[in-house]
Amino acid sequence: MKSGRFWAWVVFILGAAYLFIPLIATVEFSMRMRRGAYSFDAYQIVLGDSQFQATFMYSVIAAIFTIILGVLVVVPTAYWIRLRLPQLRPIVEFITLLPLVIPAIVIVFGYIRMYGSNSPLPFLSNNTATNALLVIGYATLALPYMYRAVDTGLRTIDVRTLTEAAQILGAGWSTIITRVILPNVLIAVLSGAFLTFAIVIGEFTMASLLNRPAFGPYLQNIGANRAYEPAALAIIAFAITWGCMSLIQILSRFAPRSANRPN
Amino acid sequence: MAEPFLSIQHVRKSFGATTVVQDFNLDVEPGEFVSFLGPSGCGKTTVLRMVAGFEEPSAGKIIVAGKDITRLKPNQRNVGMVFQAYALFPNLTVAQNIAFGLKVAGMPKADTDRRVAEMLDIIKLPQMGDRYPYQLSGGQQQRIALARAIAPKPKLLLLDEPLSALDAKVRVSLREEIRSIQKKLGITTIFVTHDQEEALSISDRIAVMYGGKAEQVGTPFEIYNRPATKFVANFVGTLNVLEGTVTDAASGKVRVNSQEVALKGKLNGSKTGDMLSLALRPEAISLGRQPGRDSSLSGEIAEVHFLGSVIRVRVGIGGSTVSLDTFNSPATPPPAVGEKAEISFSSGDMLVLH
Repeated sequence: MKSGRFWAWVVFILGAAYLFIPLIATVEFSMRMRRGAYSFDAYQIVLGDSQFQATFMYSVIAAIFTIILGVLVVVPTAYWIRLRLPQLRPIVEFITLLPLVIPAIVIVFGYIRMYGSNSPLPFLSNNTATNALLVIGYATLALPYMYRAVDTGLRTIDVRTLTEAAQILGAGWSTIITRVILPNVLIAVLSGAFLTFAIVIGEFTMASLLNRPAFGPYLQNIGANRAYEPAALAIIAFAITWGCMSLIQILSRFAPRSANRPN
Repeated sequence: MAEPFLSIQHVRKSFGATTVVQDFNLDVEPGEFVSFLGPSGCGKTTVLRMVAGFEEPSAGKIIVAGKDITRLKPNQRNVGMVFQAYALFPNLTVAQNIAFGLKVAGMPKADTDRRVAEMLDIIKLPQMGDRYPYQLSGGQQQRIALARAIAPKPKLLLLDEPLSALDAKVRVSLREEIRSIQKKLGITTIFVTHDQEEALSISDRIAVMYGGKAEQVGTPFEIYNRPATKFVANFVGTLNVLEGTVTDAASGKVRVNSQEVALKGKLNGSKTGDMLSLALRPEAISLGRQPGRDSSLSGEIAEVHFLGSVIRVRVGIGGSTVSLDTFNSPATPPPAVGEKAEISFSSGDMLVLH
């Protein structure tokens, strides 16, 4: 028993070292911009860069629209599959997994060929339409995470009986989804939303090939041309991702307990 | 005769090649409490779900208060329903759950609050408005579900095995509460159950269902004492079935395990030599010869079960065993296994099953 505990600690320490040593090294490197002293100069330069602020805000807004689009598409779809078309579930699951298999570069080249200025849907003809296409592309990339999160949330409630209970009380479909289903899968939707946020903030391929001023291409550009700033940016991006994950935990703790503990 | 409030006419329901309800007919009077009683898979819940609008009949009509509702959606029917699994909305408090149907109907807030308070009083949970469903016991949750169903004043109340998930004691108290609320509000109610005791104790009438059809519709007294079919006789209550042969059709004599009993006027056209199934309720049988009992059979005590106020005795008669109940009396010891015994009964209580 005692030796089992010992080895458990060894594995834990090795795992923690594997994760934290590169992180600590990056933090240490990012603070060596000033010769002979540790400083936050690299962070000051990055955070003070107008490009950083502009690209970060662009990606945040794109992430918000991606989350809205994802929720509007995924929640009704996952709900309907559970309620009325359970036989289609394997097919839908397969479709939602495709973005993990098909590289983003293939998808974006497809977009460029499909939605050029000669296309009946000329998404690439102006900036607003290209931004919309980027959001659609992001929603596609986030689909596997959003769908799984929502589907797992739906699994914790008796979708059919709750729907019937609401129907017999006079509710229509929009009332059922907004007042019964969505509030009960809110934590799952939030999990999917934060995963989407983390994906969108760091995404490079689509934004770069669609020539959008997003945070991903900015990260790449800084990384290719500077020494200490990329390390500071990596730590900032890491902090944003961890912040998102922490928010999932915090929100699930502060959400109404009833939504976490269905009948 | 007055128009029935609910009329289910020649309703049939098929799922693919399987017909689960066939030619079901039932008229329910206003304010009546009718139970659908039957084993699993007999179609009782399917009929209820067709009345609710969750399933569409393959044929037939459902009429409520003179209006054909067969093709209406569930949210257009003004029907209340209580589900076996409570189905309270977990994200809403008790008060919000009860108010759900009222809000959907667009009732002003002040009226909604008043109605919710009234409902909480009716179900005797006036302090529970702010609780969430997970903070309540099963019995309390089902009472809230009942309050939520009746709050919008539906024309018809449907109860789909509402007591099945509860423990025995809560079931008894809640079924009495349901019946008392139903009587107080005068709401026409359909109650689905597979528990005969529940159906017998609270219904005005019972529809005993089997194989997608109503085998018999009648009052609990009729269903229990005058079962129309062998299935109803076997399904409702405990029944002793003895096989017999008609020895003299004219005088109504039947031989049961080499003993003869007289069943005057009960043989319904059976001929001498015909085999019959004869049924007796345990409470119609006495141990020993009793005054007023015109028939008797001899046998041997096979089992004795002490159940507190009642002693259940099983008497072996030839190849058959007959159960009977006697009241426990501290002055009289229960019979011993292996003792010779005679059972007596009135031939009028014996049912001839077809």
